[in-house]
Amino acid sequence: MNKPLKQIHLAAHFPGVNNTTVWSDPKAGSHIEFSSFVHFAQTAERAKFDFLFLAEGLRLREQGGKIYDLDVVGRPDTFTVLAALAAVTEHLGLTGTINSTFNEPYEVARQFASLDHLSGGRSAWNVVTSWDAFTGENFRRGGFLPQEDRYSRAKEFLATANELFDSWHGDEIVADNATGVFLRDAKAGSFVHEGQHFDIHGQFDVPRSPQGRPVIFQAGDSEEGREFAASSADAIFSRYASLKEGQAFYTDVKNRLAKYGRSHRDLLILPAATFVLADTDAQAEELAKEVRRQQVSGATALKHLEFVWNRDLSAYDPEGPLPDIDPDVSDNHISKGRAQVRMYRDPLATAREWRELAAANNWSIRDLVINTGNRQTFVGSPATVARTINDFVQADVSDGFILVPHITPGGLDPFADKVVPLLQEQGVFRTDYEGTTLRDHLGLAHPDDARGERVAS
Amino acid sequence: MSSTPPPLHLAVALEGTGWHPASWRDQAARPRDLFTAAHWADLVAEAERGLLDFVTFEDGLGLQSSHYGELDGRTDQVRGRLDAVLTASRIAPLTRHIGLVPTVIATHTEPFHISKAIATLDYVSTGRAGLRVQISARPHEAAHFGRRTFAPISLEELKTAAGQERLTDLFDEAADYVEVVRRLWDSWEDDAEIRDVVSGRFVDRDKLHYIDFEGKRFSVKGPSITPRPPQGQPLVTALAHQTVPYRLVARQADVGYVTPHDAEQARAIVAEIRAEQEAAGRAGELLHVFGDLVVFLDDEQAAAQDRRARLDALAGEPYTSDARIFTGTPAQLADFLQELAAQGLSGFRLRPAVAGHDLPAITRGLVPELQRRGAFRTAYEADTLRGLLGLPRPANRYAATA
Repeated sequence: MNKPLKQIHLAAHFPGVNNTTVWSDPKAGSHIEFSSFVHFAQTAERAKFDFLFLAEGLRLREQGGKIYDLDVVGRPDTFTVLAALAAVTEHLGLTGTINSTFNEPYEVARQFASLDHLSGGRSAWNVVTSWDAFTGENFRRGGFLPQEDRYSRAKEFLATANELFDSWHGDEIVADNATGVFLRDAKAGSFVHEGQHFDIHGQFDVPRSPQGRPVIFQAGDSEEGREFAASSADAIFSRYASLKEGQAFYTDVKNRLAKYGRSHRDLLILPAATFVLADTDAQAEELAKEVRRQQVSGATALKHLEFVWNRDLSAYDPEGPLPDIDPDVSDNHISKGRAQVRMYRDPLATAREWRELAAANNWSIRDLVINTGNRQTFVGSPATVARTINDFVQADVSDGFILVPHITPGGLDPFADKVVPLLQEQGVFRTDYEGTTLRDHLGLAHPDDARGERVAS
Repeated sequence: MSSTPPPLHLAVALEGTGWHPASWRDQAARPRDLFTAAHWADLVAEAERGLLDFVTFEDGLGLQSSHYGELDGRTDQVRGRLDAVLTASRIAPLTRHIGLVPTVIATHTEPFHISKAIATLDYVSTGRAGLRVQISARPHEAAHFGRRTFAPISLEELKTAAGQERLTDLFDEAADYVEVVRRLWDSWEDDAEIRDVVSGRFVDRDKLHYIDFEGKRFSVKGPSITPRPPQGQPLVTALAHQTVPYRLVARQADVGYVTPHDAEQARAIVAEIRAEQEAAGRAGELLHVFGDLVVFLDDEQAAAQDRRARLDALAGEPYTSDARIFTGTPAQLADFLQELAAQGLSGFRLRPAVAGHDLPAITRGLVPELQRRGAFRTAYEADTLRGLLGLPRPANRYAATA
């Protein structure tokens, strides 16, 4: 028996500040000017995407004690851009990454509740945590959050924000001219939270927003991150977009839901995915190689090797062989403000493996970085890409994808124009928005409905 | 003989359905729309139709209250509001010329976040952003953050020596806060983004600057994550009622809002601020001092008086304000504004008693009246908020002077 086809969810990640984004391309536009965001958001909305996604970083990256200058540097403020985009879009969800380490729950809750009002129920929050004193140097609280406290603070931060969102029920404002009653309840918005990280009380000042709470995203991949998502998130921004890894992650996380009394529908898995499109598959393969070379210049290749070697390698020739010396495994890392470097847990082993790979394939430093780095997720003709995306979603690699174009702001256009219509023809992607809120697009229950269900069950 | 006085600048302070606590009950009010973008879009569009310099958005980190230092538990007035920076940003793409100046609370928020938020508002509005900096001494708002504990405070206590000390501390923090915000705006030189394909460098990092601010309440390293905004330095404004905040205005602001009740007070306040400005080493800089007034405007003075009386009756008490409450016709208001302006005020921030009534009365009554007198612009003459206020685009403090 055939099970019904899953509907695909699609989102657009504004190109970020790493080397995926090819700023050197003549077609590349501003990463700061609002017109770029308008173009990008309106393309996503024209294609009936679920939402737009903005990442965040709170300190410019450094390497070897200097600001890293090879990638796009700088971005606007997440909340402020999303609020403005609400004015130039009608349906598109607006997802912002907001740090739980360098903010306070009261302020973040009022910002998301405000964004939800101002967008008519389209806000979403990707909750991330920081660990580094490096970023803390820009903030009042400064300092260092021990790694083991990151998730405990993030969980309590989100729980506290939820208490604030829920402190209004939605029926308090009556504004009855005849009786002169504006507010039904003088105690509207009352909250008390006493916890390990936050001890706050009072009355929240933003009434219940259209979605009740913003949609919650989680992006961490650790054991703790997965539990956090299973217990508290509506969606995961994951990194596993390949068939086997994706399926393994999907199964792992969805199977954690039951113990929190949640169903598979309550948490969407949405990996980041890059793509290269051309008329034919062969042309797309060629183009993908070209894009990889644009993404990894010789200078970039040396800097990426430094992530593993943790040494200044500027004297090496990127077109030459890998260094003979071993990585420096001391704690003080040459790269600051970059999560990626923590992926190399055993630099000595990685170095050994890379030297062997390079020797076996006769690769230069640049060749190695290109070939060991992330290949684009979807490469091919529009038909191939549409088919692959659908196959992956039906095979439970994910519930959809958050697409990361490599050109700002026009990189999404070919996908919108050529791939989306094919997905629509196959009946696996909406041809128009059916609801008004992001929860509607994602098929998520309103928190009040969820509460009702839980009480009833 | 003196020549024609320079044209006045006009701003409007947006607060809920208006500044009178019973304004939500006026026929012109749509109180159920308060928490929608449309409410704010309509008001700002009206202000822009009247060629006003800018609008400000009130804000706070707690529910509104008729008491200074605590919640009042009242249910007969507007309670609840949306974040001012986000509201301003939501409106920015819908407008073309008018300045957008949200309130930010320096006491509990992060200068790093606010600096990039206002820089971004400046990008989104292509050069029309500003901020109005405010402190909070309220214990119940401190309890929303849980990082500091404030003792109870009332307006009377603020006048005592201990009260003044608390106020000074909070305003000093606000001055540091604005200093950090301003340094971060300059932490990128205008031409820092080079996109040099040959060398592979996106930015010239010699044109990015650490701000290395160390103060009593916070230290901030920098640089900002957001490049220098279109205006270089968006507008900084503050409301001030006495010497301590006058000093903040003198040290850090481009526009100070003051609350004289007559020409004599206006003259004295302007003199005090100018003296503080000189003491702060800014004597040569353009610093606007605007008078704040609450306005009830109707074509007949009696109608305005009746309206005010009706609203007071609905509220159950006469409306009082820190600012002078003007009740009359557009022509009478124009006379009064010109009388105050003669004492050194370069503009006014008007607080409409009922937004849906008194804002259109400003744009369709007062503005034409001032235009007839040659005292207000007849078209927008600049693309940026600084431009409208005659403020030059400032040089970057970190740029090497050749």
